[in-house]
Amino acid sequence: METKDIYREIINEHNLHPSHHGEISNPTYEMDGVNPSCGDKIKLQFKVDDSGIIEDAVFSGSGCAVSQASCDIMLDLVIGKSREESERITEAFMRMIKGEASDEELEILEEAEALADIAHMPARVKCAVLGWRTMEKIFKENRQ
Amino acid sequence: MTNIFKNDFEILHDDKYIYFDNAATTQRPKQVINAVSEFYRTINSNPLRGLYKWSVKSTAAYENARSKVAEFIGAEDSSEIIFTRNSTESINLIAHSWGLSNIKEGDNITVTILEHHSNLLPWQMVSRVTGASLTFIECSSDGEISDEEILNKIPSNTKLVSAAEISNVLGVRLPIEKISKRAHEVGAVMVVDGAQSAPHKPVDVKALGADFFVFSGHKVMAPMGIGVLYGKLSLLESMPPFLLGGEMIESVSRYDAVFAPVPEKFEAGTVNAAGAVGLAAAIDYVENIGFDIISQREEKLCRLMIEGIKTIPFTKYFGSRIPETHSGIVTFNIEGCHPHDVSSILDTENICIRAGQHCAQPLHEHLGIPASARASMYFYNDESEVERFLEALKKVRSWLGYGN
Ligand SMILES: Cc1ncc(COP(=O)(O)O)c(C=O)c1O
Repeated sequence: METKDIYREIINEHNLHPSHHGEISNPTYEMDGVNPSCGDKIKLQFKVDDSGIIEDAVFSGSGCAVSQASCDIMLDLVIGKSREESERITEAFMRMIKGEASDEELEILEEAEALADIAHMPARVKCAVLGWRTMEKIFKENRQ
Repeated sequence: MTNIFKNDFEILHDDKYIYFDNAATTQRPKQVINAVSEFYRTINSNPLRGLYKWSVKSTAAYENARSKVAEFIGAEDSSEIIFTRNSTESINLIAHSWGLSNIKEGDNITVTILEHHSNLLPWQMVSRVTGASLTFIECSSDGEISDEEILNKIPSNTKLVSAAEISNVLGVRLPIEKISKRAHEVGAVMVVDGAQSAPHKPVDVKALGADFFVFSGHKVMAPMGIGVLYGKLSLLESMPPFLLGGEMIESVSRYDAVFAPVPEKFEAGTVNAAGAVGLAAAIDYVENIGFDIISQREEKLCRLMIEGIKTIPFTKYFGSRIPETHSGIVTFNIEGCHPHDVSSILDTENICIRAGQHCAQPLHEHLGIPASARASMYFYNDESEVERFLEALKKVRSWLGYGN
């Protein structure tokens, strides 16, 4: 997809009207993610129940449209899923961004698959993975 | 092709692309590319003062480049010119060699808030290692520096002042003469970062009051990997070498060495002779066109761009209101649009601009902007490119999903 089309068809909507932007009280986990190359900063907050299901999750902070949209799409995907599933999705996303994802992996990425062509803009890869890396870190640092 | 200046730049022949990232690096004319190629094709050898004909010639070419640079910036003696990789390396050399051996606890180092990270981190290091304080001369939102700032931020215990002659973000020229005058009054050494000035205006290190002056070849159409450090001979002679090894010695025993005189003392290892030859060709090229023409064109383009930006809703530019003082640099933001998205979207129109903090994070913090987009022009850009750029700029918000 052409860059303008990626923006038009996917990024703009999630950037301008995100579903999961905001803050929640008493999150189970909370973490900041920073993109050092542009200073973009996001905060992820997760509510995870005892069985490891992500009940709710939000992001806040500022950043470019790519990082904001990618984060919103990510949360769309993982809310309601278990942390193991979300880790699998993250792995698939990272592989997709490197252009290495299998068809099955692309399938579980659903709407996030539209960000595949970000791989053609190396400078923007860091923006696209900011939220994902932060979520990955949350679960890595909080092993059950 | 729309303007005669582009004739010499093969990369600009395809007018599909608009290259507005000249503050990051300029393009090279065929005269420079040919000079480098000719060096490798005809006299390539290590310029070790020459025991055979090629080496005699490559040494002569290298030393000729040194003299050319000396003349270009008004140095008295060509041995005051040290070749480095770039401005960053030149400043690190000063910091490690002069800085660490002359600055002590209780001393002060002054820089400005407009500095590129390359002219900040080395001084942070010297401050950390020696315990000297680090003081910032602040600027107004237009990039103006007041006389009081200069007076107050260069206290009497200052040992070194370092400032860019032209800001890579705002394009504004700093009052270097006033800063160096104050620096000298308190007995400090004055370092001038000329990375953004050498490409745009004549430099006279004496008139600037620069004890050290640095610039990068690649920003003046020379190859990447060749840079310059000018230092007053008496200072350079008093300084320890920065890097140690071959080509910088007179004699070596098991446990000791006698260093070569300046400038070789500071040019350890095999030098970038072809780069220096390319730099000499670039200087010839600049002088052939002339700084009068270069700045006339930049001023015209800047005026056109700034007048245009002023008419575009939600768009504002930073720095002086006088376009002629921008040195070809126009930094801007579009409300609601992150600079990285702006540059990605403009890239789809084949317009090359920079986005982010342009290695000047403290300045962005000082100005209260998280990041910015920067269009930087050089004399080979033209009016039609500015117009195409402005047309694209008008559409950025709609491309990013806004209704207007
Ligand atoms: C003002 C200023 N100083 C220093 C530098 C560093 O130059 P270089 O990357 O060539 O070492 C730059 C280049 O971006 C600059 O604009």
